[in-house]
Amino acid sequence: MNKALKRTYLGLILLFLYLPIAVLIFQSFNAGVSRARWEGFSLRWYRELVNNRSIMNALYVTLSIAVLAAIISTIMGTIAAIGIHAMDKRPLSIMMAMTNIPMTMPDIVTGISLMLLFLFTNITRSYWTMLLAHITFDTPYVVLSVLPKLKQMNKYSYEAALDLGATPGYALRKVIIPNVMPGVITGALLAFTLSLDDFTISYFTTSPLVQNLSTLIYSEARRGIKPTMNALSAMMFVALLLLLLLVNRRSSQSST
Amino acid sequence: MKKMLAVLLAVLMSAAVLPLAAAEGTVVVYNWEDYIDPDVQDLFEQETGIQVKYVNFTQNEDMLVEVRTSPNTFDVVFPSDYAIERLIKEDLLAELDYSKLPNAENLLDWVRDLPYDPQGAHSVPYMWGTLGILYNTTMITEEVDSWAILFDKKYQKDVLMWDSIRDSMGLALIYLGYSANSRNAKEIQEATQLLIQQKVDGIVKAYQGDEMKDKMVAGEAAMAVQYSGDAQYAIDLNENLAYAVPKEGSNIFVDAMVIPKDAPNMDNAYTFINFMLRPDIAQRNCEYIRYSSTNKAAIDLMGEEYTSNPNLNPSQEVLDRCGFYEDIEEPFLTLYNNRWSEVKNAK
Amino acid sequence: MTHLRVPLWGVWMMVLALLAFVVMLVRTIKRYRGMHRSLYAWPYGVWMVIFTVLPLVLIAYYSFTDKAGNFTLTNFANFWDSNFEMKQELIKMGLDPAEVGMAERGLVNVNTLVYSLWMAFLCTVISLLIGYPAALIMADREFKMGATIVVLFVIPMWMNFLLRTIAWMSLLEDNGLINTLLSWLGFGRVQLMYNTQAVLLGMVYNFLPFMVFPIYNSLAKQDVRLSEASQDLGANPWRTFWRVTFPLSMPGIVSGITMVFMPSVTTFFIPRVLGGGNTEMFGDLIERTFLTANNWNGGSALSLIMMVLILASMSILRKVDPEGEGGSVI
Repeated sequence: MNKALKRTYLGLILLFLYLPIAVLIFQSFNAGVSRARWEGFSLRWYRELVNNRSIMNALYVTLSIAVLAAIISTIMGTIAAIGIHAMDKRPLSIMMAMTNIPMTMPDIVTGISLMLLFLFTNITRSYWTMLLAHITFDTPYVVLSVLPKLKQMNKYSYEAALDLGATPGYALRKVIIPNVMPGVITGALLAFTLSLDDFTISYFTTSPLVQNLSTLIYSEARRGIKPTMNALSAMMFVALLLLLLLVNRRSSQSST
Repeated sequence: MKKMLAVLLAVLMSAAVLPLAAAEGTVVVYNWEDYIDPDVQDLFEQETGIQVKYVNFTQNEDMLVEVRTSPNTFDVVFPSDYAIERLIKEDLLAELDYSKLPNAENLLDWVRDLPYDPQGAHSVPYMWGTLGILYNTTMITEEVDSWAILFDKKYQKDVLMWDSIRDSMGLALIYLGYSANSRNAKEIQEATQLLIQQKVDGIVKAYQGDEMKDKMVAGEAAMAVQYSGDAQYAIDLNENLAYAVPKEGSNIFVDAMVIPKDAPNMDNAYTFINFMLRPDIAQRNCEYIRYSSTNKAAIDLMGEEYTSNPNLNPSQEVLDRCGFYEDIEEPFLTLYNNRWSEVKNAK
Repeated sequence: MTHLRVPLWGVWMMVLALLAFVVMLVRTIKRYRGMHRSLYAWPYGVWMVIFTVLPLVLIAYYSFTDKAGNFTLTNFANFWDSNFEMKQELIKMGLDPAEVGMAERGLVNVNTLVYSLWMAFLCTVISLLIGYPAALIMADREFKMGATIVVLFVIPMWMNFLLRTIAWMSLLEDNGLINTLLSWLGFGRVQLMYNTQAVLLGMVYNFLPFMVFPIYNSLAKQDVRLSEASQDLGANPWRTFWRVTFPLSMPGIVSGITMVFMPSVTTFFIPRVLGGGNTEMFGDLIERTFLTANNWNGGSALSLIMMVLILASMSILRKVDPEGEGGSVI
């Protein structure tokens, strides 16, 4: 197959993927409000962005929930994976079944079922119920990231450490954790990403007073996104790009 | 590295608590999207020191769900007539103590005692309006005075309909000569058929909500079913547009302020409502959102500009042919819902 | 529905579950004479039971009961025939359902489900057809830029999907970019939005990276010596591909299909924004039944039906990839 043909194909797909994003960013600099008319270059939406209370609040909520959920689910998930790895067959299959359920359930059912749970037990929905929901759907991904690393690990390293006189805690820290670290990091990143972008589950499990970026955008979506949102997405995109480039550079540096 | 993590965690946890700190002097207001002058919020905070937490909804049905499932959350809510009826039936509203609302004397006489809330015991009217057709005079040459034009095949993909059960089914029922609150399965069936036919004939461009008014301003459709305030907003921005209330009749609505029984800041709620009833504030709101005011003192302030506008101040003849929506109970609520699904599903 | 009390059977269930846990805990401790690593999994286990299993039990509970809490199958009957309950009411009132056009089954719920399955199927197939060649090109060892391009594919996944969908509005609208371009070139404006095509476009756009990534992973993991050996043995590139590369990439394909099909069936944002309410899908229907119609029982029944369908299709797919080693996002 022709090299040029292959490259064109990929190029077209990438164009398709990035066209709307480019449009968004382009329009964030549009001095006018209307999506249809270009009225000159302006940074006004970026200035208004910082002053917009609801967007800033939503950003706060989104970031804090993503970080908290990532941290908590990573800790719980890693510990759980270590435990699951040492389990017998029967409890193991129960645990794995429970782990797989949230991943196979559609978001909408997860969200609604949790909402039912909160109503049923008379817990008022709030920031914290949203956090609980996020931890619930993040942790299985952490478990599934760490578990393969545990399986790949030499079975006898842990026992050997114990034989050599280490306490279980020491063996855990010095033998198991370093081995599964790549899985833990992948899991943490995954959890962070999932929570950052979540819409459906947050929609059903949060209080109307607490909005994350996704629910805020949804509430404005019908009317038409205000240009300040374009500015926000442009900034998020650039931040993302920088982050990924940074990670890429560091991983290529460490491998040399 | 670990230290950094710990610090980050601490910062975030404290930041997480911030938005939730129940501040001294707050009032949580649950209102329609874009239904209040933004300056009013600031003015209120400056004058009273009470912080306003603002939450929006786009449909009565969504608001009902949130109010039902969020106890101790909202202080002031702005439902429409039939939603208020439902809230009263479900015993979710506080009975108002009018001694705390001296500015209520500014209200028009005819809004003080409405069918959905006798004597205004649970609600204080805010804005009212009619439902009609917003149309572009450059795209439509004939006279617009009947719902029939919405079903005219020559307007292919040129009609915007509300993505709302009550409004779309309601107008179909009225056009057929029935009540918009019909509890007659046969009538509902006929209305459904009409709407399905409209869709199948390719007349409907889309079923939308608030975004319709901007689309009409941009000239993207020949006509849209709109409420009078949204229509006025659009007309202000595009002089080619006009609004008409069809001769077969239509809906008249009143949105009012209510206080849920379990409101966390009752006193602040009263302060807020009283503030909204002030003539100058009511005038600001009316001039911003372009709906008809329920406040006679505000109307006096606005004078000729308001009273001469037929959309904001329709004639008695128009008012006579408009009726309120009533609360529809089961099993008809499900029937309406099912029928609406059929319309949405039709291809 | 605000003040739901925990019914007696609920209390009993929770007590029993607690007892079961305590028993299992004690047995584990006794068996290993003290702490064992398997106990580490308990906090997680308890968490999952409370926040995953219990909510599902609630959904099942609501599916099989009516508003008063009595056992009933009406919710499912209403799915099959949306007029089921209404017909009962009419008969009770002494009216004839046939007179109000309800002689036949109300097919709207079933049709919405079928329509959603169809759209999800189309979306999956299109994503596969577009995505597989792309993954193949990127995984080619001779293509040095492969890994970088994969990163470029992944970035949009990280951007807020609502915003990405809404961005399409700017392009597809009547006064949007594409139409403006068309009118400059002399063609008339075309209605690109508020129809099935727009929704499909939005779906493919959102889910394409999820199809490409697992396939890429699966292809990249393949031992290149296998295809080299095949060619050494005389097979031409086509045969090598069909007989060696493609079958080995099945886990990736299955993973990709899983990650695209299921969310496609239940998406409710894309049809709402790009479809303009003209195309209702099952996710929309569930949301509306729960919230707008305030019918928790009906909504739960719909959710249950959806879950059963998904589980069924999952188990079929599992047969193709029993190890579950398809390179998913992990």
